[in-house]
Amino acid sequence: MSDTADRVKKIVVEHLGVEADKVTEDASFIDDLGADSLDIVELVMAFEEEFGVEIPDDAAEKISTVSDAIKYINENKG
Amino acid sequence: MRRVVVTGLGLVTPLGADVETVWANLIAGKSGAGPITRFDASNQKCQIACEVKPADHEYGFDPNKRVDHKIQRQVDPFIVYGIDAAGQALEDAGLTEMDDDLKMRTGCSIGSGIGGLPGIESESIVLHEKGPGRVSPHFVHGRLINLISGQVSIKYGLMGPNHAVVTACSTGAHSIGDAARMIKDGDADIMLAGGAESTINPLGVAGFAQARALNCSFNDRPTEASRPYDKDRDGFVMGEGAGVVVLEEYEHAKARGAKIYAEVVGYGLSGDAYHVTAPHPEGKGAELAMRMALRKAGLAPGDIDYVNAHGTSTMADTIELAAVKRVLGDDLSGASMSSTKSAIGHLLGGAGAVEAIFCILAIRDQIVPPTLNLHTPDEGTEGVDLVPLVAKKREVRAVLNNSFGFGGTNASLVMKKV
Repeated sequence: MSDTADRVKKIVVEHLGVEADKVTEDASFIDDLGADSLDIVELVMAFEEEFGVEIPDDAAEKISTVSDAIKYINENKG
Repeated sequence: MRRVVVTGLGLVTPLGADVETVWANLIAGKSGAGPITRFDASNQKCQIACEVKPADHEYGFDPNKRVDHKIQRQVDPFIVYGIDAAGQALEDAGLTEMDDDLKMRTGCSIGSGIGGLPGIESESIVLHEKGPGRVSPHFVHGRLINLISGQVSIKYGLMGPNHAVVTACSTGAHSIGDAARMIKDGDADIMLAGGAESTINPLGVAGFAQARALNCSFNDRPTEASRPYDKDRDGFVMGEGAGVVVLEEYEHAKARGAKIYAEVVGYGLSGDAYHVTAPHPEGKGAELAMRMALRKAGLAPGDIDYVNAHGTSTMADTIELAAVKRVLGDDLSGASMSSTKSAIGHLLGGAGAVEAIFCILAIRDQIVPPTLNLHTPDEGTEGVDLVPLVAKKREVRAVLNNSFGFGGTNASLVMKKV
């Protein structure tokens, strides 16, 4: 669990160029971390690559916070 | 008639990442050339280039100064160079704080010859190896040529004309000329104008080498490879970087007490209508562009003190020189003429803007930069001061800057002291 969270946060920091302490589990990609819809597409691709999961478009649309991403990955990774 | 002056300068080049460092290195006769470090070039015919140096180099470029980390990840290097050079120019002009009215009267005309070739190359490999679902969502707008102007306008809130020229190696000069016209026509009071390029990647180097344009015979002596007008010249050395100027309507600049470097007085454009890569053998297109620029400037040949030549270190150098002689006279009416590509290489779409800045600094400091490696001048250069090897102190009242590009596109700018 915590391993997934750390790896997700690291990707978010790298892709969005934000301070690590801002990437809390409650943080919204758009409202709190300055992402736009294309940044989320890119983040989802990075999660897929990192964790070897497929995140279909309809699932990706529901990922709006850091914890949404961690939860989806933990439930779906192989 | 509205007059157009230059009030800010910004440079990212192989000789430095700010105007004063680049200029000092250029005047000192330094070369920005070296072996290609950006990728393994051991299987390339051409293995040298004039690269922008990394941040830890004595005169390297630190992208973190003016470009957000997130944008750096999304866009090709030519856009990063362009955003930085535009930021430098705005800072130099004292225009980082503008009110909303002025922002609506301020535009961008920053182009590129080729655009995001490194990113096109790498994403096509991703597409091939990993499939379409792995192509970056930022692929398209991170490679497009007009995205320097786009990014700069977003960063600074500039709502005036948003334009981007694509005329190969004439891009930088056309960008400045077109932007000056926009100010003359009243479309804007201030324009950020210039060009940028970064194509030192495997596909870019291979493409120019296959077109027989690059120097491939000095791989063991990179700093001697770019040698315009020299008998042993054998093709250009690829450079990269950006040059951006702030152009401003003269009364506007005066009213706010801006530092005025020079006035853009003449702009000439023409087409060769001859061949895709070779210039017209008699230089007719180049001559037309120069004559148009001089006529519009209302200057006589004897008024020009310095010509910054296109001079790429190819066979075309002497064609250009013959055309300049027809326009200015056999002795160029006393003007000095040099090619700064001997030091920084050929910045392609950035060349015309970077070289226009060198012309402006020549006017400011009354010194002309040298043509490096000119040891054995080719036939046809007799009686012309090509400023071999060392910079030269001299009077510089007005300058002529030439840029010519693939497709037979020519642009000449004339600028003078205010």
